[in-house]
Amino acid sequence: MEEGVKVVGFWPSPYSQKVIWALKQKGVAYDYIEEDLSNKSQLLMKSNPVYKKIPVLLHGGKPIAESSVILEYIEETWPQNPLLPKEAYERASARFWIQFGAEKGPTFGSLFTSTAGEEQDKAAKDALEVLKILEEQGLGNNKFFGGDSINLVDLALGWLAHWFQCIEELVEIKLIEPTTLPRLHAWVENFNQVPVIHENLPDKKRLLAHMKSIREMSISAK
Amino acid sequence: MAEENRVTLHGFWASPYSKRVELALKLKGIPYEYVEEDLRNKSQLLLKYNPVHKKVPVLVHNGKPIAESLVVLEYIDETWKNAPKLLPEDPHTRSQVRFWASFLQQQLFESVLKVLKTEGETQEKALKQVSEKLNLLEEGLKSFYSDGNPCIDIEHVGLHDLVLVSFFGGYKVYEELLGIKLLDPEKTPLIYSRLTALADLPLVKETLPPPEKVVALLR
Repeated sequence: MEEGVKVVGFWPSPYSQKVIWALKQKGVAYDYIEEDLSNKSQLLMKSNPVYKKIPVLLHGGKPIAESSVILEYIEETWPQNPLLPKEAYERASARFWIQFGAEKGPTFGSLFTSTAGEEQDKAAKDALEVLKILEEQGLGNNKFFGGDSINLVDLALGWLAHWFQCIEELVEIKLIEPTTLPRLHAWVENFNQVPVIHENLPDKKRLLAHMKSIREMSISAK
Repeated sequence: MAEENRVTLHGFWASPYSKRVELALKLKGIPYEYVEEDLRNKSQLLLKYNPVHKKVPVLVHNGKPIAESLVVLEYIDETWKNAPKLLPEDPHTRSQVRFWASFLQQQLFESVLKVLKTEGETQEKALKQVSEKLNLLEEGLKSFYSDGNPCIDIEHVGLHDLVLVSFFGGYKVYEELLGIKLLDPEKTPLIYSRLTALADLPLVKETLPPPEKVVALLR
């Protein structure tokens, strides 16, 4: 029985978006609640008292927070169109890359808030190193991190296919290029063409404006 | 040891990440070979098995390496299905176990490390954070165990229990050595009772490193 599924999210957040992608990929119907992060709702505070953050998934009234935890829950609850391999070792490998992506968030955060000069050069170098590892050891010669089709790893790293381009534009440094990271560059194109992804991306212009203002706020707060 | 089930663990005696994997293997009665790594002089095998992070623990099962302790624990649970089950069957309860394991690791442990490594005002601020996070954990565990707090025995240890005891099993010694109270049984009775019950299990006692040695290393 399909009990009510609700997603409490925020339109520019990639964490929010991965939950939507997973639900759509599995054909699970849900109600979306847009959260105003400057004025958090009672629902959010009650559903995620520990972090008070989005996304939160509610299933039959029971809340789950933390996007990586939510994705595993979705996979286990709705097994159709599987997003994790069946075999234990391959699952461990997928989880390894999901964790790697999560751990390296601050590296890209540093790039995002950096200003021209030594600080930015180092941030770009560090980010490139991470991207190289993803390309060479994560992706390898596969079309997607999930092989022939997308899986949770692709969803977890999906922000690199849309949000990262905004970062590149704002710091005026292009890292994912066909000459430097050919396979990752191809992955970006392929990922964006997957119908569920293509139809569920925040508007680029609107996102860029939003990220620009966040960046400016972070820089002036330094 | 049968060829079909060769298990090797590359670890470090003082690493809580390493110890939690050892605990899981011992609790489930999985025979394994242990390789103590000198972290200042890492073995060729470790670098080969974990080229991305070059860290312990790494579990090698029939020649295939798995890194990242929480990933390893889930792998162990999926491959050896005997008790204790580190994760329950029900997806919602599983999500809660994963949530708290992540909280213990990313939030609570980070704050405790700050306390251990700082002094004066910075340390006071860090202590306040630890206290706040312990309160959040206590509230969380209360609802997690709202159907009753199951007794701790070697057949009933969860993933979050392993994270809790591997990080904080030696907390009393930290308190003595630093002259700071970290855990108050009156403020956080559930955390206190679970942690002490876990730390008292003979298998846990014999596996965890002497806390004084760990503190000496941290300094």
